[in-house]
Amino acid sequence: MATIVEAPPIAPSPPAPRGGIWGWLTSVDHKKIGIMYGISAFIFFVLGGIEALVIRWQLAVPDGTLVNEEVYNQLFTMHGTTMVFLFVMPVSAAFGNYFVPIMIGARDVAFPRLNALSFWIFISGGIFISSSFFLGGFPDGAWVGYSPLSTQSEVIRMDFWAIGLLILGVASLLGAVNFITTIFTMRAPGMTLFRMPVFVWMQLVVAFLLAFSLPLVTVGLFQVILDRNFGTLFYDAATGGDPILWQHLFWLFGHPEVYILILPAMGIVSEVLPTFSRKPLFGYQFVVFAGAAIGFLGFGVWAHHMFTSGLGPVAETAFGLMTMTIAVPTGIKIFNWVGTMWGGNISFTTPMLFSIGFVAMFTIGGLSGVTHSIVPADTQQHDSYYVVAHFHYVLFGGAVFGIFAGVYYWFGKVFGRMLDETIGKWHFWLMFVGFNLTFAPMHLLGLNGMPRRIATYGDGLGWNYWNFMATIGSFIIALSILVFLINAVRSYRRGVEAGADPWDGRTLEWTTSSPPADFNFAEVPVVEAIDDFWYKKYGEDEDHLPVRLDSNPLDPSALAPDADHHVHLPSPSYYPIMLALGIVTLAYGFLWIPAGFLVMAIGLGIMLLAIFGWALEDIDHPMGDRDHEGGGNDGGDGDEEPAGVGSEGSE
Amino acid sequence: MEIGFGRFAGEPREQAGDDAGVLLAVSGRYFTSDFGSYPPTSNVFPTSSMGSHSTVNTAVTQKKQRRLLLGVGFTMLVLVLSACGTGGAQDGLSPASEKARNIDGLFTLTLIIAAVVFVLVQGAIIYTAIKFRRKKGEAPKPVKQIHGNTKLEIAWTIAPALILAGLAVPTVQTIFENAADPVNAVEITVTGHQWWWEYDYSDLGVITANEMHIPVGQDIALTLTADAGDVIHSFWVPRLSGKRDLVPGHENTLTISADEPGLYLGQCAEFCGLSHANMRLRVYAHEPADFEAWVQSQLAAAVIPADTDESLRAEGWELFISKGCSACHGINGTEAVGGGLNPGPNLTHFAQRDTFAGALYDSTTENLSAWLANPSELKSMRPDLNRGMPNLGLSDDEISALVAFLQGLD
Repeated sequence: MATIVEAPPIAPSPPAPRGGIWGWLTSVDHKKIGIMYGISAFIFFVLGGIEALVIRWQLAVPDGTLVNEEVYNQLFTMHGTTMVFLFVMPVSAAFGNYFVPIMIGARDVAFPRLNALSFWIFISGGIFISSSFFLGGFPDGAWVGYSPLSTQSEVIRMDFWAIGLLILGVASLLGAVNFITTIFTMRAPGMTLFRMPVFVWMQLVVAFLLAFSLPLVTVGLFQVILDRNFGTLFYDAATGGDPILWQHLFWLFGHPEVYILILPAMGIVSEVLPTFSRKPLFGYQFVVFAGAAIGFLGFGVWAHHMFTSGLGPVAETAFGLMTMTIAVPTGIKIFNWVGTMWGGNISFTTPMLFSIGFVAMFTIGGLSGVTHSIVPADTQQHDSYYVVAHFHYVLFGGAVFGIFAGVYYWFGKVFGRMLDETIGKWHFWLMFVGFNLTFAPMHLLGLNGMPRRIATYGDGLGWNYWNFMATIGSFIIALSILVFLINAVRSYRRGVEAGADPWDGRTLEWTTSSPPADFNFAEVPVVEAIDDFWYKKYGEDEDHLPVRLDSNPLDPSALAPDADHHVHLPSPSYYPIMLALGIVTLAYGFLWIPAGFLVMAIGLGIMLLAIFGWALEDIDHPMGDRDHEGGGNDGGDGDEEPAGVGSEGSE
Repeated sequence: MEIGFGRFAGEPREQAGDDAGVLLAVSGRYFTSDFGSYPPTSNVFPTSSMGSHSTVNTAVTQKKQRRLLLGVGFTMLVLVLSACGTGGAQDGLSPASEKARNIDGLFTLTLIIAAVVFVLVQGAIIYTAIKFRRKKGEAPKPVKQIHGNTKLEIAWTIAPALILAGLAVPTVQTIFENAADPVNAVEITVTGHQWWWEYDYSDLGVITANEMHIPVGQDIALTLTADAGDVIHSFWVPRLSGKRDLVPGHENTLTISADEPGLYLGQCAEFCGLSHANMRLRVYAHEPADFEAWVQSQLAAAVIPADTDESLRAEGWELFISKGCSACHGINGTEAVGGGLNPGPNLTHFAQRDTFAGALYDSTTENLSAWLANPSELKSMRPDLNRGMPNLGLSDDEISALVAFLQGLD
C-alpha cells in the first residue's frame, strides 16, 4: 500500500464519477457491474428461450416444417451456446459480483477496473456471437462444436462460435482471478474462510474451476481457428490429425463447466433455505467440502461424455466408476439441504419455493446422472433425448430454479423494492409445471430411441405424443417467464419497499441499506460467527431457542442513509470498455481477412491505447474523497484494508 | 412422409428369455426383465417370478424385507415402465438381442435403485416441508439453531457410496461382457457418409447401403469408420445394441445380433451436419437360410440392358452413364465404378431395397421421380461441397427412363 506511484503527467484524468448512461459505462462499482451482468444475461435468456420455442414448435409433430434443417441446426447450436455461456454463466457472475464483496464485508472487489473489463468483454463476446445472425447465420455445429464438423465447413459461422467462446473465456478468466483475489484478501475482520457464507464458497470453487478448465478449451479453440483459417491439420484425419482430440480438450473443460453452471445455484439455495427455515445451514463444513469435492472430481470424469467414441472397456470402466463417485458429494448436499429444513419454521416465500423446487428437481437430474455412469446403459442414452432431459433437470431444474431463487431473494436488496410474492408464486408454479411437462417426457423419448439434434423425426416411431406434450410444456415455461418479467418491471416501479432486512436474514448483505450505498458499508463489519448477523440479532434462552436481542446491528449507512460517511471509492474508468471494444473489433476484422486487416489494425490500436491509458491512469482522482475510513470502527482490526485506493493501486 | 415397416411389420416379439439374467447386486439374485413390452400386459413382470430364480441363501427375514423393498420397486416400475416402451422398431426399451437385453437389464436395475432413492428423497422433502411449515398468519417461531450432526453426515456419505459400489459390480461386468470378441461372426464394415450408410460385407463380396441384412442368432461384427474427409457419425439401432461412433481415421468395433427375424430401425446419433436428422438406417434380420438367399441375390450380376435393347430401361442405363451418375454410384461388373469425390450408394441391386436417400423414403416410382427432379428438395444436402446428390437438371422423360432403369436393378 505504501508504494502508490504518482501517475505521470501525460496521463489523462479519469472521468468524474457521475450518473446516467456514462456513469454505467465507466463504472467500476461491483454492484453496478453485477446489475449490468444480470440484465444482459436475462436478455440473452429471453433470446435463447425464443430459440427453444422455435425448436419445440418444430418438433411438436413429426416431419415438422416450421424451419428447415439449416435453420434448425443453427437454432439448437445457439440455444445451447446462449444458455450456457450467455445466460447461466453471466447470471452467476452477476450474483457473485454483487454479493460476494458484500457478503464478506468488503467495499468492492480486489480489482475493480478488471471487473469492469470482464463485464465489457463478456458483453462484447455475447454480441459478437449473436451478431452472426445478421452476418451469414448463427453457428451450426452444436454447442460442443465437434471436429471435424466444426473445422470443415467453409462459412464463417463456426469462426464466430470459436472466436466468440475465446472472447467469453477471457471474460470468465478475468472474473475468476478477481473473485479468488477478492475472497482471499478482502474479507472483513473476523470473516475467516469457514465463516464465509456457502454462496461465497461456491463462487470461490467456481473461480478455481474456471481458472483451471478454461485454458484447456482455449487450446482446442485456437486449434479449431487455426485449422479453419490457416490450414493446420490438428483435427484432419486425412493427414494424421485426430478428431477425438477435440473431444478430450472440450470435455476436460466441458465437464467442470457443468459444475461452473450449477455450483453458484447451489450456493444461492444454501443461503435461501436457512433464511426461510430460520435455522443455520445443516452441516456447513460438509456442504462446503462437498462443493469443493464436486469441483475436484469434476476434472476426472470428462470421458463419460465419450462412452460411444470407442475408448475401450478399461477406460470406460475407469471413467464410469469415477463418475459414480460424484454422486456421493452431490448426495451429501441434498441431504444437508433437507436437514436444514428439518426442525425449522418454514415459510413458503417465492425464493423458498424455488429453492425447494431446486432440491427436488436437481435430485432427479442427479439420479439420471448416475444412470449415465452405468456405461452400457449410457451407450443407449448418449446423444438421445434422455440426455437432453438429464441436463435440463440439472441446468434448468437445478441452475435456473436456483437463479430465480436468488432473484426473488435479493431483488429487494438490489433494487430497494421487493418482487411481488403473489405473482412470484404464479411464476413458480407455472414454471414448475411447464418445466416438468417439457423435460420429464424427454427421458422416455430418448429411451424410445429418439436421438437429439434432429430437425425432424419420422411418424410411426411412438414419439408423437410426448413430443407434443413437451411442446405444450415449453410454452407454459414461456408464459411463466412472461409473468416474471411483468413482476420485475412492476415491482421495480412500485413494489413494497424492502428495507435493510426484509427476510430476517442471516448474512452481512442484510445489514446494509437496500440498495446498499456505493461503499457498501459505512463501517467495516467485524465478524464473530457463521451467520454473524443472525447472532447479533438473536441470543439464546435456556432452551437454546433464539431470543430477539435488544440490538440494532445494521450498518450505519442503513440507519442513516443521508449521512456523509466519508468513504473513498475507486474512480470510474474509460479504459475497460475501450479495451473490450478493441478486442471485439480485432475479432470482427479477423473474420474477413485480408480485407479485415484494416479493421484488425484499428482494433489493435484501440486496445493499445486502452492498455496504455489503463496503466497510466491516475488511480486516485481528486474528485474522490481521500478519507479512507468511515465513521469510528471500533473493532480490533489491525489487518483491515481500505477497499478503495490501496487495492486499486495493487492492480 | 411415411415410414413403412416393410415386410416384417407386425412380427411378434419374444419375451426375454431366462438366459437374459442380470446380476441384481442388492439381492445377489438373477432376474429377468423385459419392461419394454408392448402392448403392455398386466403380467409382463409377474411379481411371483421374483423369488423363483433365487439362488443365494440369505437370512429369511432379511430376504423378506428385501423382497418387500424390491416388490415395491418392481410394482412401481412395472406400472411406470410397462407404459413406456413404444413397441416401435426403434424403441430402446424393447431389446431384441442379448447385448441390448444386458443393457436393458442393467438399466432397469439402476432405475429400481434410483426410484427407491427418488421416493425416499422426494418423500423427505415433502414431509419436511409440510411438517415444519409455518401456518398461515402465524408469527415466526423460534427454532433450535442446529448446525449439523456428524454421525448423520457420515451415514449419508457412506450409504450412497455403498449403493454405488454395489452398482459398479454389474456395470463393470456388463462393460466387459459386451466388449467380448464376437464368435463366428458375419463381418461388415460400416462407413458413415454425410448422410447415408455404406455396408461392406467384404468376406461375402457384398456392398450395399442404408439397409443392412443380417442372419438371426449370429454375432455381427461391425467395423465402424468414416472417410478421412467426412465427419463423425454414430451407428445406433436401439433394439440391437447401444451406439458406437464412426470416426474419421479410426476403426471402432461393435458387435450386434438379433434374436428374431424382423425389421429394426436406427439412425445416426452423432450430430453430423445439415441432414443429420435424415441419416436413418434399417436392419433386416433373417433366418440363416433367408440370409443366405439374400447374399446370393446380392452376388448375382447386375441386370443391365443389352446394347441392342430399345426399352425405356436401356435409355435409362445410357443416361446413367452419360449424365454422370456413374461417377458417384457404382454398379458392380459394369463401367459404373462410382466412388469419386462425392461417393453415393452402390446401386447394383437397388431395386431390392425398400427405401432410399438414407432410408428416408420408400422406393416408389413417385418418390424416385421427385428425387431425380430435385434431390435437395426431398433431403437437405450440399452437393456444392460434394455432400449429397446434385440436381442434374433432368427432363421428365429422362427421369422416367432412369427410374425404370433403377427399378430394374433387381
